[in-house]
Amino acid sequence: MALMGVFDVAASGLSAQNVRLNTVASNLANAESVSSSIAQTYRARVPVFQAILENEHGRVSRRYGSEGLSKVEVAAIVESPAPVRKEYRPDHPLADPQGYVYFPNVNVMEQMADMIAASSSYRANVEMAMTARELLLRTLELGR
Amino acid sequence: MPISWDVALGVHPLALELRAHRAEILSSNVANEDTPHYKAKDFDFDSIMRSAIDQQENLTLRRTHTRHIAGPGVGASPLELKYRVPHTPALDGNTVDIELERAEFMTNSLNYATTLRFLDGKFKSLNKAIKGQ
Repeated sequence: MALMGVFDVAASGLSAQNVRLNTVASNLANAESVSSSIAQTYRARVPVFQAILENEHGRVSRRYGSEGLSKVEVAAIVESPAPVRKEYRPDHPLADPQGYVYFPNVNVMEQMADMIAASSSYRANVEMAMTARELLLRTLELGR
Repeated sequence: MPISWDVALGVHPLALELRAHRAEILSSNVANEDTPHYKAKDFDFDSIMRSAIDQQENLTLRRTHTRHIAGPGVGASPLELKYRVPHTPALDGNTVDIELERAEFMTNSLNYATTLRFLDGKFKSLNKAIKGQ
């Protein structure tokens, strides 16, 4: 059944968007984790998506092969290169000798927008899988 | 009356297969909505369907080697995938227009269901003919 491929593709999309939501969650949770040196400061994590092209050898039984099918995967999770925020807070318990504390380079607005985008992509994938399921069930009813 | 499946069911099984494959390709586009440098793909259902029907109806030459030249009556490569021309190119090189892809996926699903209904009717009438009632 050719429609089965939709489940594979949708599942790959779901897990990729899930990783993205997880990174957003950890970025938001650590948005205010101050530290006393630049090296120790938390940096925003960003997932890098990549398409996997299915090769023809995978499924030979089908007339059209699996040409054009591409799942998605998370190739890497990289740290954002944006500069960390430095604030003068001499009374802060974590302040360095010069009186500075370092805030993570997490942009909360950006993370919130990313979260909404990820959840809408997630929903799109779920809907696709549900449509494919319904069509397959109807196909099974053929001739009844 | 000898029953040949090809004659009895017409173009519908092929259409169903093509629709299912198109659903897969469109789902790839939706899943790769956020993949940098991903180019949205699709195929022209009409032209592929037409060439498939031509192949069914006319006597065709079989290509025994992939480098044989395709001509009239020679089946071209089964599927020719094309890249979509983006309305609004994104900075990261991704050309997926999510609204368009979802709409296409929905239309394709409806067409799949329609073809299923046609096939179902064919089976029902065959059943009727066999039972004779």
